[in-house]
Amino acid sequence: METQTKRYWKGLEELRNDETFIKNAHNEFGSFEPTDSSQNKSIVDGIGSDRRDFLKVLGFGVAAVSLAACDAPVRKSIPYINKPIDTFPSIADWYASTYAEGGDYTSILVKTREGRPIKIEGNRQSSVSGGGVSARAHASLLALYDVEKLKGPKKGESDAAWDTIDKEISSQLASIAAKGGQIRIVSSTILSPSTKAVISDFTKKYPTTQHITYDANSLAGLVKANEISFSKAVIPSYDFSKAKVIVGLSCDFLGTWLSGDEFSRQYVKGRKLSSAKGGKRDMSRHYQFETILSLTGSNADYRAAVKPSQEGLVALALYNKITGAAGVSLGADVDKLIDKAAKDLKAAQGAALVVSGSNDPNVQVVVNALNSALGSYGTTIDLGTPTYYRQGNDTAMNELVDGVKNGAVSAVIFYGCNPVYDHPRGAELKDSISKLSLSVSFADRPEETASLCKYITPAPHYLESWGDAEPKAGSYSLQQPTISLIYKTRQAQSSLLKWAGLSDDFYAYLRNFWKTNILGGGDFESAWTKALHDGVFERAGASTASGAGAPAGVDTAIAAVKNTYKSGSGIEVVLYEKVGMGTGTLANNPWLQEFPEPVTKACWDNYASVSQKTAQELGLSQNDVVKVEVKGKSVELPVLVQPGQANGTVAIAIGYGREKAGKSGNGVGVNVFPFAQYKAGFVSFNAGEGIVSKTGSTHKIAQTQTHETVMARKAVLQEARLPEYQKDTKAGRYFPHVFTSEGVKSSTEISLWNGYEKPNHSWGLVIDLNSCTGCGSCVISCQAENNVSVVGRQEVINRREMHWIRIDRYYSSDAVEDLKGLEIASENPEVTFQPLMCQHCGNAPCETVCPVLATTHSTEGLNQMAYNRCVGTRYCANNCPYKVRRFNWFKYFDNDNFDYHFNNDLGKMVINPDVTVRSRGVIEKCSMCVQRIQEGKLNAKKERRRPIDGEIEVACSQSCPTDAIIFGDMNDPESRISKLLAEEKDNRAFTMLEEINVKPQITYLTKIRNKDVDAKAAAATEHAEHGGH
Amino acid sequence: MKSSLFFKKMRSIAQFFLVALIATTSITQAVAQDGDAANGETLFNNNCKACHATSDEVAVGPGLKDVQKRRDLAWIVKWVKNPNGVIQSGDEYAVALYNKFNKAQMTAFPAFGEKEVKDILAYIEKANAAPVATAAAPGAAAGGQASGDAAPSDLFTYILVALLIVMLLVLGVLMAIVSILSKAVSGTATAGEEGSFSDKLRNGLVGLSRNSAVRSATVWFFVLMVTKATIDGMYGVGIQQGYAPKQPIAFSHKLHAGQYKIDCNYCHTGVNRGKSATIPSANICMNCHGVIKKESPEIQKIYTAIEKDQPIEWVRVHNLPDLAYFNHAQHVNVGGVQCQQCHGEIQTMEVVEQRSSLTMGWCIDCHRKTEVNTKENAYYDKLVELHKSKSKEPLKVADIGGLECSKCHY
Repeated sequence: METQTKRYWKGLEELRNDETFIKNAHNEFGSFEPTDSSQNKSIVDGIGSDRRDFLKVLGFGVAAVSLAACDAPVRKSIPYINKPIDTFPSIADWYASTYAEGGDYTSILVKTREGRPIKIEGNRQSSVSGGGVSARAHASLLALYDVEKLKGPKKGESDAAWDTIDKEISSQLASIAAKGGQIRIVSSTILSPSTKAVISDFTKKYPTTQHITYDANSLAGLVKANEISFSKAVIPSYDFSKAKVIVGLSCDFLGTWLSGDEFSRQYVKGRKLSSAKGGKRDMSRHYQFETILSLTGSNADYRAAVKPSQEGLVALALYNKITGAAGVSLGADVDKLIDKAAKDLKAAQGAALVVSGSNDPNVQVVVNALNSALGSYGTTIDLGTPTYYRQGNDTAMNELVDGVKNGAVSAVIFYGCNPVYDHPRGAELKDSISKLSLSVSFADRPEETASLCKYITPAPHYLESWGDAEPKAGSYSLQQPTISLIYKTRQAQSSLLKWAGLSDDFYAYLRNFWKTNILGGGDFESAWTKALHDGVFERAGASTASGAGAPAGVDTAIAAVKNTYKSGSGIEVVLYEKVGMGTGTLANNPWLQEFPEPVTKACWDNYASVSQKTAQELGLSQNDVVKVEVKGKSVELPVLVQPGQANGTVAIAIGYGREKAGKSGNGVGVNVFPFAQYKAGFVSFNAGEGIVSKTGSTHKIAQTQTHETVMARKAVLQEARLPEYQKDTKAGRYFPHVFTSEGVKSSTEISLWNGYEKPNHSWGLVIDLNSCTGCGSCVISCQAENNVSVVGRQEVINRREMHWIRIDRYYSSDAVEDLKGLEIASENPEVTFQPLMCQHCGNAPCETVCPVLATTHSTEGLNQMAYNRCVGTRYCANNCPYKVRRFNWFKYFDNDNFDYHFNNDLGKMVINPDVTVRSRGVIEKCSMCVQRIQEGKLNAKKERRRPIDGEIEVACSQSCPTDAIIFGDMNDPESRISKLLAEEKDNRAFTMLEEINVKPQITYLTKIRNKDVDAKAAAATEHAEHGGH
Repeated sequence: MKSSLFFKKMRSIAQFFLVALIATTSITQAVAQDGDAANGETLFNNNCKACHATSDEVAVGPGLKDVQKRRDLAWIVKWVKNPNGVIQSGDEYAVALYNKFNKAQMTAFPAFGEKEVKDILAYIEKANAAPVATAAAPGAAAGGQASGDAAPSDLFTYILVALLIVMLLVLGVLMAIVSILSKAVSGTATAGEEGSFSDKLRNGLVGLSRNSAVRSATVWFFVLMVTKATIDGMYGVGIQQGYAPKQPIAFSHKLHAGQYKIDCNYCHTGVNRGKSATIPSANICMNCHGVIKKESPEIQKIYTAIEKDQPIEWVRVHNLPDLAYFNHAQHVNVGGVQCQQCHGEIQTMEVVEQRSSLTMGWCIDCHRKTEVNTKENAYYDKLVELHKSKSKEPLKVADIGGLECSKCHY
């Protein structure tokens, strides 16, 4: 950072050096700022004071003191009546299971303590998800303990018994079927083969039944395109690790497209580097053409912003370049990049991959042709192993809405879906559900669709259920309950079986299904036990020929693309899915609501993102509330100025604006699903041109991006370009020097302190900036592991979020010549992600300033924090150069002002019993999961051995889908971390802010971009290096 | 930090003061002081422990705390040598004792002489002084369900107060005498001399009360007393040493662990594996009580619990605060610590009580003193080697980070 002429900034306010930014930078913790809302205004919460409050506190104080002097409470110890043999209180049990919600798939391990699931980890045995767990899958755990779920079945508004409901539904289904009335089961993508069998059994009983599948973020166009091109209506498997050149066209494949974790793992595999002798010095190159600055786009080496109306044309232009046909022009910048991409793609014949996120089959047909021309089929794309992540059929769903409207359909059963909310025609459905003679929903709460249904027969959370999944042909996965039913719920499968007049024992059904269809032959019992234990069962040789013939229908598609994609001059509105929030099914999940979106770093809202230029043109600034109007529908929401976004576009995230999700989700943001449109039978998130007008009011977006700044210390990030790195593995490194009376020394050579001995272990982390995609899985994993509080929107605005690990997202603009140049460069900045947690400094600045010794150093390299000793002076946080210490401004549990999961008994069941829940007035920070270290050490001691490398993992390293974070004992020469450090020492490895010599236990590896070194930049670097000395 | 050190110092000074006072004023105490406590401990453990506790808890026989205050040394020696003889001699106390303990006679130890008995008494006194030193004063014991443990420290306070009153009186009388004498010597005798003795005393006292040194000494004395009481009281908040709540089932450890010598692990199955030693589940009870003593009303309670599928709600005796992490496996499995070290002579307890204070000071103290059980544990091999190269002292828990915050607090 220091040696380059780059300028790094986390937000536009930092780049411009706004007044508020500077003020905040010098005041790490927001002091009291009067808010509009009247909440949090009493002294009990620490803000404001008046006489009455004072008396209250006084009274409480006296009462508390006198109570404390009396009896200690009598606590009970309640053992089992009949203890299961292998279960011991305080020892976690792990179960392999499956997260498969709406087609998102992860094979997981569930940690349960005293019978309650408290943490989800990835299952490394799965070749599909490979041990990675997305932020959303981590957070799905909290949905299990959502207190707003239904406690039993409902008939209309009133509670009912399962028996009565079953009788009524069965008889109504029978009478409808007898009359030939149409029955529909509407669902989101179902990955479970046994559930599909249940539905077909149900159909056998009621033959007028049809199963309609739709996806809120649809990819029906991709399926259709493969049908047109290769007569296979499937989505193929992709392998990004085999690709040398990857081109993404509005495709967030590292985030929300199909299988983000799986693709991230493959993608990073192709981009990992090693400075060891003979190590891998080559990485894939990634081009991205997209409208919004997506997570994937932020990781691209080269990126161009294109409007939604150019989406098809980019594919076409690339195709023409590859096949040598006449080009399509999209403006000088984009054309130049397309030329470059096409050249690289051609050169990488057979190891190239082009993916498009479009739901327009014509665009996808062109992309198929492109991939076919590049020889991708059989190498990077495997058509013989179809994936089933998205099975939605937009046409069928469209027909269903028509059917419900015109009375052609008599009964609908909604299963794992909420079309009133998340379908473009939801409003029409809302008005006509009442026309159905029977409507049933399996929803866990009376959400937008279920509340309109005649019956709600709630299905339990997936962690309470049996099930299975087949994400990919030949890859199976089992789901098992990890807790007994919390409420009187019943699995959807059991309900369907019951109504079909069959036994409702779905466990038996599942076993039987696996016996006949999946495990087949041999000893079933042991095969079943093994599959259940492993969580996955992968059948070799399930795939057919992986190649594909010549794609058909290209010419028609090209004509259609040319016809459809025409740039206008108006503001184009585009919808997108956020990495954390997804399609909004988990909207009532406070962890996800407070999860900063990887790129915008905003939480608790959706917003209209616009580019800087567009904002200027429209006279908008951040937080201005605008009215966005598309084809007669309008929403009002605040503006977020987003560098890197295409000019002339407005992007709004789906998944917000829930009305009946629960207290954390209701009224957060606005619902823009109605903006999505059917275009030629396929749902398109490109809403077309719209009108953006200022309303005059403002709404502050809770954005964490500039909350912790580096205070102009610039050596926090170090990066280089691949050619530079290939020449010199030290490329991009910054080596600070100190001038002493004995001459120039490196900053690590001189110190005030004697340091600490680490005779036993030296725990540390290595974070590879080149592998981190910024997905944020670690943030939620850490939150779940360490009982990190949710503080709510207003407190995030007050800069008091509590996350122990944050991912700093830096924008950077190259070779700035003058101040004016900054603004221009920020149009399409480079992005770097840097996960940051407590650095566990050997010379910790925090430790020396604590007046009560609440934070001290251990002999294992950890910076310890004793909450009970902390008196809350916050000196440590003020003295922390990394800004990783968090202060508990309030008591976040049992506090009605923070009515999230810590405020009710059910929600509190998610608490990790090995980690203290911090109370008000104390500092907290990353402990490097010391509870896991202690547990791992104890396990080793019990077995009279040293800990084995990899046995102990911290929450962030364990859940990282790309292995960007590696944890281990640096005193163990055989550990992965030691070996890696040995290779990268004096090469890519650096510690943050080396010039202040705080000796962190956390090491970073430089970020390498696969970019060409142009003459100008090389000269600039050269200059800086000379000037730097 | 500073303040807590200050408190500690204050406490130790105050305790020293107390102990010194009592030691010099009590004859029985002096007897005990003669003995060799270390030898006494061996003797006690080998001969007495099976039936007697060093505390005032009644095991098979009475608790031996303060036994030297109840009886004089000669009597005790006589009794130990030949209890039957003392009873036969018609000694009132002995007969009462005999009757109280269901006419179960104590084993005679004819080989024991005055020396041995003194040693044992010294050990008993030491054993009782230890918890008093770490734990705490009236306030602590008052922390709820305290047993009669508070008595001795109350007694000390009374003695102290009584002593002080006596001293004040002596001082007053001395000062009166001094003033009278000085007047007599200076020959300025006045009419006042003719007053009665009570008048003189009154005058003396009035003079005394006007003496600023006496006044300030008195004020300081009371301030210090109150401060000490407050500090002790505050230290005692939350300490439940001696807590022995009534349990829903009158389970006797003395019977099961003491008499029948059932291994602790048999019921507390988690002790070698995890954080919690675990309270046995009802099915473990049923391993034996499915056959044995089925008709007992206490055991019937277990049957009822199983039939109703309602677990037995035991009252938790050892309540460590949530902020402290304690793991049984680390101490018992890895460290090889005996249960009794923290839980006291559990095999003699009819009702389980909290023997140790469970304060942080108590934990730390043990971590400082205890050697690490490194035998045949490869985890420690390198650490032992490293330690040997640097120090001749044995490897203590404190040497491997046993005093670090994050070992217990996270």
